Amino acid sequence: MPLLELSGISKSFGGVAALRGVNFILQSGEIHGLVGENGAGKSTLMKIIAGVHHEFEGAMRLDGADIRFANARAARDAGIGMVHQELSAVRELTVAENVYLGVQPLTRFGTIDWRAMNRGAGEHLAALGIELDPRTRMGALPLGLQQLVEIARVLFSGARIVILDEPTSALSPPEVERLFGVLRRLREAGRSLIFISHFLDDVLAVCDQVTVFRNGQSVAAAACRDVDKAWIIQRMIGAGHDELADSYTGERQLAAPPAAPTVLYVHNLTRAGAFRDVSLAVHAGEVLGVYGFMGSGQLELARALFGKLRPTSGRIVVAGRSASLRGTARAKRAGIALVPESRRSMLFAQEPVFKNVTISMLERISRIMLRPATERGIARRLIGELRIRPPTPDRPLGTLSGGNQQKVALARWLTHLPKVLVLSEPTRGMDVGAKDDVVKIVRGLRQQGVGIVVVSTEPETVLALADRILVMKKGAVVREFANEVVSKDRLLAAA
Amino acid sequence: MSGQVASIRQRSAAAWLRGQLRNIAPFATLLFLVVFFSAASPSFASVGNLYNILTQVSVTGIIAVGLTFVILCAEIDLSVASIANATGIMVAFFTVQDSSVNIANVPLAGWVAIAISLAACIALGAVNAFGITVIGIPSFIMTLAMLQIGAGICALLVRGQIAYAVPKLVLTLGSKSLGPVPWIVIVAALILLTAHLVLTYTRFGRYVYMVGGNREAAEYSGVNVRAILSAVMIISALCSGVAGMLGVAYFGSAQQNEFDTYLLDSISAVVVGGTSLFGGQGGIGNTVIGLFVLGVLNNGLDHVDIDSFLKILIRGLILLIALVINVYAQRMRSTEPVGN
Repeated sequence: MPLLELSGISKSFGGVAALRGVNFILQSGEIHGLVGENGAGKSTLMKIIAGVHHEFEGAMRLDGADIRFANARAARDAGIGMVHQELSAVRELTVAENVYLGVQPLTRFGTIDWRAMNRGAGEHLAALGIELDPRTRMGALPLGLQQLVEIARVLFSGARIVILDEPTSALSPPEVERLFGVLRRLREAGRSLIFISHFLDDVLAVCDQVTVFRNGQSVAAAACRDVDKAWIIQRMIGAGHDELADSYTGERQLAAPPAAPTVLYVHNLTRAGAFRDVSLAVHAGEVLGVYGFMGSGQLELARALFGKLRPTSGRIVVAGRSASLRGTARAKRAGIALVPESRRSMLFAQEPVFKNVTISMLERISRIMLRPATERGIARRLIGELRIRPPTPDRPLGTLSGGNQQKVALARWLTHLPKVLVLSEPTRGMDVGAKDDVVKIVRGLRQQGVGIVVVSTEPETVLALADRILVMKKGAVVREFANEVVSKDRLLAAA
Repeated sequence: MSGQVASIRQRSAAAWLRGQLRNIAPFATLLFLVVFFSAASPSFASVGNLYNILTQVSVTGIIAVGLTFVILCAEIDLSVASIANATGIMVAFFTVQDSSVNIANVPLAGWVAIAISLAACIALGAVNAFGITVIGIPSFIMTLAMLQIGAGICALLVRGQIAYAVPKLVLTLGSKSLGPVPWIVIVAALILLTAHLVLTYTRFGRYVYMVGGNREAAEYSGVNVRAILSAVMIISALCSGVAGMLGVAYFGSAQQNEFDTYLLDSISAVVVGGTSLFGGQGGIGNTVIGLFVLGVLNNGLDHVDIDSFLKILIRGLILLIALVINVYAQRMRSTEPVGN
């Protein structure tokens, strides 16, 4: 009898189906890999198992008995624990306090029994093969150890099933090995683990079983020893199926680096904890794609190029001039522009559209006094060019739809062209029409000689836009695709 | 059909009213207070008393101008009154004092004394700016330290004594009148007007609102956020300095702790007026209304027969209500229905 069995699970959000008739079986004492692209439905299923979503169709059985959790607490009480990609450990507390979070042992006087707590935590960690002083402050530990402590905490709270979300994305190879050691030990102790990951090599290395998700469905399940990476990738992206007509699955011939002058040259750029030794060059009129899974350091790289994050070391040269990128104002003056991936962090929701558009070019429009008529004129022209709806420069930006807000963020840099434009996740969350508009805008800018860097965790975005592609993995550039045929499965295999 | 249109219109009118709550509430409060005190006391509503009120709020008003810039950027400056006091004492320190005044002052020409004092308050503002933008100390803590430093400067310069004389220009602007209108009212009005023009019609003013509205977005737009924050801290200190010099002339003496109540008064004026403590919303217009609310309240309570100790409590309650409205108005705006 399987430990946990889900059958025919369907779930939709506001009419959009996230899961369609998903089946999932977890055996006792097994490590079960869960793979699929972003938006394939993995997280939704895990949230159902963890009791976060409790309205869904289908059946869930734990130990053969029908069960439905009313909330996350009920799932926890039933022995289901989750370790998130963004660790939820309290960095200011000690390891022991984190392990005992919420259940600290007390002395007769009602104070915390530190001795019992430290001893208990130490023994508990040792049982998992983790040698660690429980009195260490959590924040002082490297990420890999913090993660192990968090797993220990989840187990300590009585979890029989532990869901691990992207546990290896921020770990170095030895840390990954240590994590795998702990996971195998848990398996031997009869616990069951669900291992969600984009890193297929890691899944194949540690899991017994793998289930592949695509487009809200569980499309394949197999024992890991029977399959290889290519098999999984094929099922993830569904080559040969037309149900993903809107996503790019074909091959694409990349261009050779153009003869045009280099507008951006980055040498050995490093930021501790985010990315290291990144070197790249972007030519005028070229689109460089930077692809990597979430947490590979490419989003931080984009910020560092715009002076928003200070690199630890390395050099950035813009159009032949060494640029000191301390602060975004200097980066802008040097000719670099960035559209970040999060709308909230780039837009002024309560201000009218035209102020959002002109904020980056005010110094070109006015010396001291503002010229609102000119600003509205510029805004109106860009609204027309980018087909922003509704076409009114005085509407508060927050009342526009997401895709239109994103266009406004892009519009900012289109009047006085930068030398280098960095686009972070430029089409995330957009409908097909808006995506097409963005592709057209980027092509237009390339025509005008702007060097463009497209940073994304979606292979489709990079494939649709880039002339040349760098693949980043755990903070380093691991592969460059240029002047060759590339396809989604090759990108995924490199990452 | 027409009923539908009417209901949509009603709804948008209601939405507009909710959005304007932070501007309407202070104005309604002011109207209420004026009507109330006019009815309660025959001596309240007179031209003479209007000048009284204007004069009484002038020093607060000049300080509040600088604070408006700071609060619009979602920062705070607790050192305003302290810097005002230090600057006022400094200008007296560099002026010839009566022989009965027993402080080791350094008499200089009037314009030199004024220039040194202004430079000093700008320098104090620059220290605030450095601490906040370069070192990264929260403005609340940084300016708390500056509050102490200002008090220390005051103490060192006058050593418990009282100075009286100030340069002639300061004396005129602080305590003389142009016809029926006190000069200090004219100065305060000019500073308020200038600040309003700067905030509304200049590039710098736009940056102040944008930095306050969404600091991260301002940074992602290539706005030099540090420079803007530095500028508002220095503007705040400069306004405080001017208010301090005129205040000393207005009070007729320069001594320690004589501006202590102005910190709370000026913050109250800005917040009661409806400028958002979260930044990005409000302005000098709001501050003017806030000043009048406080001025009318203080002055009006003197005209009606009321326990003078109760006055303090009433002012506290008014401030509390203003804070509630301030936070409430912020929440309403952020939960405004977002259309397509």
